[in-house]
Amino acid sequence: MLLPRLSRHFHEFLRELGELAVLVTEAARSLRYKTPSSREVLEQLYFIGVKSQSVVMTTGAATGMVLCAQTFFQFHKFKMETATGAVVSVGMSSELGPVLAGLMLTARVGASMAAELGTMKVTEQIDALRTLATHPVDYLVVTRLIACTVAGPLLTAEAVIVGIGASYLVGVRLLGISGPYYLANIDRYTDPSDIMIGMIKATFFGAVIALVSCYKGLTCSHGAEGVGRATTDAVVAASICILVSNFFLTLFLTSLFAA
Amino acid sequence: MIEVRNLHKTLGTQKILCGTSFRIEEGEAVVIIGRSGGGKSVLLKHLIGLMTPDSGQVLVKGEDLACLNERSLLRVRRQFGMLFQTAALFDSLNVYENVSFLLRREQRHTDAEMRRLVAEALEMVELSGIEQKMPGELSGGMRKRVGLARAIIHRPAIVLYDEPTTGLDPIAAARIDQLIRRVWGYLRVTSIAVTHDMKSARTISDRILMLHDGEIYVAGPTADILSSTDPIVNHFVNGIAEPRSNLMN
Repeated sequence: MLLPRLSRHFHEFLRELGELAVLVTEAARSLRYKTPSSREVLEQLYFIGVKSQSVVMTTGAATGMVLCAQTFFQFHKFKMETATGAVVSVGMSSELGPVLAGLMLTARVGASMAAELGTMKVTEQIDALRTLATHPVDYLVVTRLIACTVAGPLLTAEAVIVGIGASYLVGVRLLGISGPYYLANIDRYTDPSDIMIGMIKATFFGAVIALVSCYKGLTCSHGAEGVGRATTDAVVAASICILVSNFFLTLFLTSLFAA
Repeated sequence: MIEVRNLHKTLGTQKILCGTSFRIEEGEAVVIIGRSGGGKSVLLKHLIGLMTPDSGQVLVKGEDLACLNERSLLRVRRQFGMLFQTAALFDSLNVYENVSFLLRREQRHTDAEMRRLVAEALEMVELSGIEQKMPGELSGGMRKRVGLARAIIHRPAIVLYDEPTTGLDPIAAARIDQLIRRVWGYLRVTSIAVTHDMKSARTISDRILMLHDGEIYVAGPTADILSSTDPIVNHFVNGIAEPRSNLMN
């Protein structure tokens, strides 16, 4: 019983992977040959970028503060408190910033994209688009892909800056670390490659969020239940993609920049 | 103009179309009738390439739709306009943006020309002056009329109607029927509708095809079909339920 079920799930997974690959190819072809409407892209940028700022900044600040406090408590045992800033800065820039901003974007934007496209699918609006000689990928996916890919790194940068700023306030004002040392260690140990790695990851995560969420919305099954399931699946799938790919990106990009 | 040859389609485990074949000539006004769930909408979606047949051919001006990919189909679909059962207006766009959608995508017209064309299309469906309204502010009948305006603004050669009067009160349904007939007359389009509303079929068609058990059971002039003595046609046209004994069998 278990083996056939596993086999069925594996086939389903492969089918979805194949369909996602087709969507990626279509989006790449559309980006190459078609000019997306600047108005549509700006609208999506506003929704994805501007409207997500508060949640991303709050996440960045909370993460920076708690990371600072925990690092301080451990480093205090070895009289290394001034290194706290460096740990927070490197951790936020290359790992926590892009991953947490990505997860927040998935929850806010990915869910919304999947629900919107899923509703369009079940109310025949996607079919209506096709009858109006418009490819759904050109009109719906590419604009969201561009907006997410642009907004991802910008929001991550914002989360990192706010996180480091919040950690400075906690470390210096609350925990009594020397301010100049705190900043000097951030400057000394944060390599430009850490920032580059974070930005590359954020760009990749932005694209993953848009593609996975649009795919789940466009392949949504019938009715309200189908839309609900597509939304949940989009959030789960995009989150897992971000967490798994982050590990491999870390290995790959670190070795790339080290070389 | 449109030819369907031996079309087969199965959805899940249910056979929907089992060797459907027919031909529709340019300028005809045709209605496809049949029982609910009998595959009329599925058949209509095959005519515009929204669904792909399991086997068989759909030829539009000699071009087999099954051989075209989605991007090539867009060129063929430019010749079509389609009114959906639920109108399928884009929720996030107002009436002007919905009706002018295709023109804005093609960027061939100036803003002034687009405004004029939208006004003309809305006038044809008797809804002038509602350009700024959102779809959520419209009644069911108005939504269908806006959907019709959107379907004809680019002067298509073929207009498809999926259950155009379903869910409307008798007066709104009669108005939609009149508009369909008017569009057919003014724009010289080929009109293909699927419906189980016989009053509507009588008004908007010159020829009727009846889909039964996945095949075209009968085809002929509207008057002949409506007065047919064939038991299956007669029962459907006059809304006669099968005797209980037959159901039990």
